[in-house]
Amino acid sequence: MSIWVNSETRVVVQGLTGKEGQFHAAKCREYGTKIVAGVTPGKAGTSVDGVPVFNTVEDAVRETGANASLIFVPPPFAADAVLEAADAGIEVVVCISEGIPARDMVRVRRILQGLPTRLIGPNCPGIITPGECKLGIMPGHISIPGPIGVVSRSGTLTYEAIGQLTALGLGQSTCVGIGGDALPGTNFIDCLEAFEEDPATEGIVMIGEIGGNAEEDAADFVSEFVSKPVAAFIAGQTAPPGRRMGHAGAIISGGKGTAADKIAALTEAGIAIASTPAEIGRFSSNAAFAVREEEFFSA
Amino acid sequence: MKVHEYQGKQVLAQHGVPVPRGVVITEAGQARAAAEQLGGRVVVKAQIHAGGRGKGGGVKLAANPDEAVKLAGQILGMTLVTKQTGPEGKLVRTVLIEEALPIARELYLGVVLDRSEGFPVMMASQFGGMEIEEVAAENPAAILKAHFDPDVGLHPYLSRQLAFGLGLEGDAFKAGITFMHALARAYAQTDASLLEINPLITTTDGRVIALDAKMNVDDSALFRHPEIAAMRDIHEEEPLEVEASKFDLNYIKLDGNIGCMVNGAGLAMATMDIIKHYGGTPANFLDVGGDASQARVAAAFRILLSDPSVKGVLVNIFGGIVRCDMVARGVVAAAQEVKLGVPLVVRLEGTNVDEGRRVLAESGLALTVGEGMADAAEKVVAAVGRAS
Repeated sequence: MSIWVNSETRVVVQGLTGKEGQFHAAKCREYGTKIVAGVTPGKAGTSVDGVPVFNTVEDAVRETGANASLIFVPPPFAADAVLEAADAGIEVVVCISEGIPARDMVRVRRILQGLPTRLIGPNCPGIITPGECKLGIMPGHISIPGPIGVVSRSGTLTYEAIGQLTALGLGQSTCVGIGGDALPGTNFIDCLEAFEEDPATEGIVMIGEIGGNAEEDAADFVSEFVSKPVAAFIAGQTAPPGRRMGHAGAIISGGKGTAADKIAALTEAGIAIASTPAEIGRFSSNAAFAVREEEFFSA
Repeated sequence: MKVHEYQGKQVLAQHGVPVPRGVVITEAGQARAAAEQLGGRVVVKAQIHAGGRGKGGGVKLAANPDEAVKLAGQILGMTLVTKQTGPEGKLVRTVLIEEALPIARELYLGVVLDRSEGFPVMMASQFGGMEIEEVAAENPAAILKAHFDPDVGLHPYLSRQLAFGLGLEGDAFKAGITFMHALARAYAQTDASLLEINPLITTTDGRVIALDAKMNVDDSALFRHPEIAAMRDIHEEEPLEVEASKFDLNYIKLDGNIGCMVNGAGLAMATMDIIKHYGGTPANFLDVGGDASQARVAAAFRILLSDPSVKGVLVNIFGGIVRCDMVARGVVAAAQEVKLGVPLVVRLEGTNVDEGRRVLAESGLALTVGEGMADAAEKVVAAVGRAS
């Protein structure tokens, strides 16, 4: 089991004919993901590495039965690409594009309310269910199947954490990169809720960073609704206020969104906090999943 | 992106937001004609990208054109220190001369993106001149809020709620409502990320005017606002950050002495944190991008090392899609090119890491290899400690 994507997921790549789209679609296929179609307006009838290209997502869905989409469209056009996928009935849309205007995302999120489409991202590495489906740009080989659900606002820091978990023999049920923007399509709570309901997930690792109050909201949700152990790390403890730390959403503004506030809220919710990024894996296994680790090392 | 007060007011005026009449000058002599044109009694305002200008002596009232010239002469060329500039202050190159208005009340009105709600929120308070964060901390009930959809605009009933809540009456009530709708429209149409009118004033003759204006625009949306993008003032930015932006590098200068080069924003923040954890202080935030190509690594090294406070460098790369041996070759080539003169600790992890480490070992460079983030951070902190 897993959340949102698995071996049945059939993927259309929006922007498949671009350099990035072609490169990462090939990597996803190598991993075993079913890439069934590409979409580039005006390029219907062509193909990329044997994958048929269509003019519209609607055509791609009708002809190939695609139910997930992976978007590599330049940021000025990416919001429209998300809406096109939603309108075509796509269930899971992963948007990799970085630099979508916040106003476009306000519109996208308003329109997606009430639709069955789940948007992951934008500005994210995507989602992977190890051994089944890689829908994104993360390195596939660092993940192994197992009981830990991972959710993170970061890219390479997530790989770091996954790498540490895997090195300890702690595999992952699904890893979700929700992205570094201020207005993500999927937030921590969506992931926590799904991991709580997923029987294959036994513990959750959450990686947050400065900016906004998604971690504080997640802390409230965990104390009320999550029975599984949760471990967390918050990046940006040394970040200066008022500066955007690479990610559009990583900014302390008006004294709000500091790492200290987030750590306090998470700690109060009973979540175990790794004090350095080097300890995320070890700490998660020790603090939250002690039983699991003993089983692993005694086996 | 931040713009100056005078630029923000120009943009707001184009969207129907009432602002004082004003003239922008760069030489004190120009103040006379400006003041005469504006009725003699004027306000002389320093234009820098920082708040607290009034308390720092950058905003002065002139009773007549002679005084305007004198004050403009004092302010132009001064190094203005406010609580937001840091102790080094900022050089004033431009001054805004504005008509002095008959103020009845000073209020606050702002628009910002509410990330939790996913919509912009207009905030109003009767405490004009006070920072909204201060009001929020001391008297949160005094902040009135109205969320709106930028595609739809502010609903009239919401602007009425705010206007009643601010205690506006008569002509000022009507003018206040018109002002709020114009401000909401300006926020949406310019892709602003922050519009702050503090103070918003009512005049004794019932007008409502933006006495000050702070405007930030969403960097991601500048492609559709070339006229606003052209307002960028690089004098207001850290020179090394301007240089980094030419290479699409995310670089932020900090006060410490350990330069960091990392791929990915989250890992870069986490690397700064772990340096601090082991007793060092990071000299910068730097994300070289997920792919960490040789050209970008070389540019990043040049920028890091042109900061004289850097006494050691930590490179932390998690090679995912990009292979560690490629990154290692880039680091070696770049380090040779820039003639690195400070201790360098490199930590590589991920795909082809063994080959990457071999490249580093055979490079002949005097670098230290870090095994994991903790080890790398400890090593660079120790190396810098020994050097200083």
